[in-house]
Amino acid sequence: MNLRNVGIVYRKELTEWLRDKRTLVSTVLVPLLAFPIIMVGMIFLTTVMIGKAEKEKAKVMVLGGEDSPQILEKLQQVSDLQIVPTTNDYKRQISEKEIRAAVDIPKGFDNALSRGEDQTVKIYYYEGEIKSAFGRDHIDKFFKDYRESVVSSRLSARNLPASIIKPFDITQENVAPPEKVSGAAIGGLLGYMVILLSMTGAIYPAIDLTAGEKERGTMETILSSPLARVDLVLGKFFLVLSASLTTAFLSIVSMGTSFYLVGRPGVISDKGAAALQLHIGLSTVLSVFLMALPLAVLFAAALLTIALFAKTYKEAQSYLTPMTFIVVIPAVASLLPGVELNYKLALVPILSTSLVCKEIVAGTFHWNYILLILLASTIYAAAALFIAVKMFQRESVLFRS
Amino acid sequence: MIEARGLSKRFQDKKRGEVRAVDNVSFTCQPGKIYGLLGANGAGKTTTLRMLATILEPTDGTAIVYGYDVVDDPEKVRANVGFLSTATALYPRLTAQELVEYFGRLNGLDETTLKKRVDDIFNRLEMNDFRDRRCDKLSTGMKQKTSIARTLVHDPPVMIFDEPTTGLDVMTARTIINFISDCRERGKAIIFSTHIMSEVERLCDSIGIIHDGKLLAEGTVPELRAKYAEHNIEEIIVKVIGPLQSKSEARVS
Repeated sequence: MNLRNVGIVYRKELTEWLRDKRTLVSTVLVPLLAFPIIMVGMIFLTTVMIGKAEKEKAKVMVLGGEDSPQILEKLQQVSDLQIVPTTNDYKRQISEKEIRAAVDIPKGFDNALSRGEDQTVKIYYYEGEIKSAFGRDHIDKFFKDYRESVVSSRLSARNLPASIIKPFDITQENVAPPEKVSGAAIGGLLGYMVILLSMTGAIYPAIDLTAGEKERGTMETILSSPLARVDLVLGKFFLVLSASLTTAFLSIVSMGTSFYLVGRPGVISDKGAAALQLHIGLSTVLSVFLMALPLAVLFAAALLTIALFAKTYKEAQSYLTPMTFIVVIPAVASLLPGVELNYKLALVPILSTSLVCKEIVAGTFHWNYILLILLASTIYAAAALFIAVKMFQRESVLFRS
Repeated sequence: MIEARGLSKRFQDKKRGEVRAVDNVSFTCQPGKIYGLLGANGAGKTTTLRMLATILEPTDGTAIVYGYDVVDDPEKVRANVGFLSTATALYPRLTAQELVEYFGRLNGLDETTLKKRVDDIFNRLEMNDFRDRRCDKLSTGMKQKTSIARTLVHDPPVMIFDEPTTGLDVMTARTIINFISDCRERGKAIIFSTHIMSEVERLCDSIGIIHDGKLLAEGTVPELRAKYAEHNIEEIIVKVIGPLQSKSEARVS
């Protein structure tokens, strides 16, 4: 191996790469814009939609209750509800979002209540439709409050204390620090996105530097120079790795900035902001990056090897596109609830990195797993790089026809 | 200077089984001489030249190029060879100067020597007008000049040309032919393959006729004319490979 020649190849590949507009898109624009657009856009949209739904005065229909003026009057006083005239097609109206919900008041409700008889109020709503759920909740809250007031007045009429139906209270307190909460919620996503983008960032240069060269006819030109094949493949490999790491780095920067900006007070509701508070320090970011490094080496070497088999750019694309799914599946698996690191999973590439990144963001450092994963990933990466060098020495691959 | 010793190349083909692309080919080319390798498409010319340039490794036999064995010292062989073919394209996103400098560096030239060499070649080939233009913006003629500059930058004593004028217009082809002739005057040993017989007559000191991977006839142009009683080189080739061609056609039918 001649380091000077590896450097010469790398500099030349870098020059060509930086002059390619497609590079700007796949390596810089995609990771920088993916988070603001996907995450922030969705968060804003959800916040706006929920806010709008919450503020909306829900149109609801009251079925029956003509003989119970007391409950009807109280219902009409609820500020979040707008009572509409009763019709028979209330189910259709709910389905078609003309009204949000309907409530069926049993016959003789007021009188039965005063006599202390058992009766049921039925609420109709549309499951999965957020505005219908809000309408249902408003009605539900009204009737529960009303029921409580009836219970209190009955107790006081009999001179009984309120504690007779509520002998004790239950409260809950969260002991997890904020970074743990955010780690569990979106920490998995950070590792997943870094892995996915370090893969997608490597695809285009890997194709361009192998099948692209074959197609353009420059492979034979470079092979006729005194450059050793191992130096050629290493120069190309370092460029693909640079692209992969640049994409991963920009994705972390973009994600951090997006969450920081959205999480600031006043940008969205306090409830939403609290959920988005990411307590990620520089050491966490560096740790995630360190864990992703051997994986990026693995991707760069594997993609170069596979793309080298192809004769044309298109053929290489058809080989590498399914690779994205191979990466996505274990990365998604790590996001599933209940999937946690153990010694067996620590040996599964991609899945192990995604899982450990989730833990690191959540503030947990299981050093035994971290070292095992780093060791395993480094071995996989070295094997992939070895195969890539071997492939560049095979005439049947370089001159496949 | 260039000595092929029983060069052979076999490869496996899914349909045809084992194929002998080049079969026991031997010839010699001295410095200041041009050796023309002639034959039909698929005869084995490109494979032979690729083995001499160490782009492919021989299955059997070897070749000595400028004192180095193509099997044992491929990198040293390549450092002493300039290889040009219609398949050796240019990097589209590099400028003409960057491309030539890249190959100069890969050939181990230091920056001072490289600058002097590049300036000299660009002046000689009248390339200064487009030295900073990207290769994908160059005309065919400019591209050929840049390719020539690439092969010359390390001043190799051996030149290998594989059908260098195929598909080129008259003026561009002329530039190449003049360049090859110039190389001979500078004392380089040159191997040259072509389908254009006027180029053979003008350039080649001796020729070898290859068919089905085998070298069937060899000699200077006057020698071959006398041996086959034909003036026209095309007719000589037909006479050399004709009987075999008929046989193989008969086998097919």
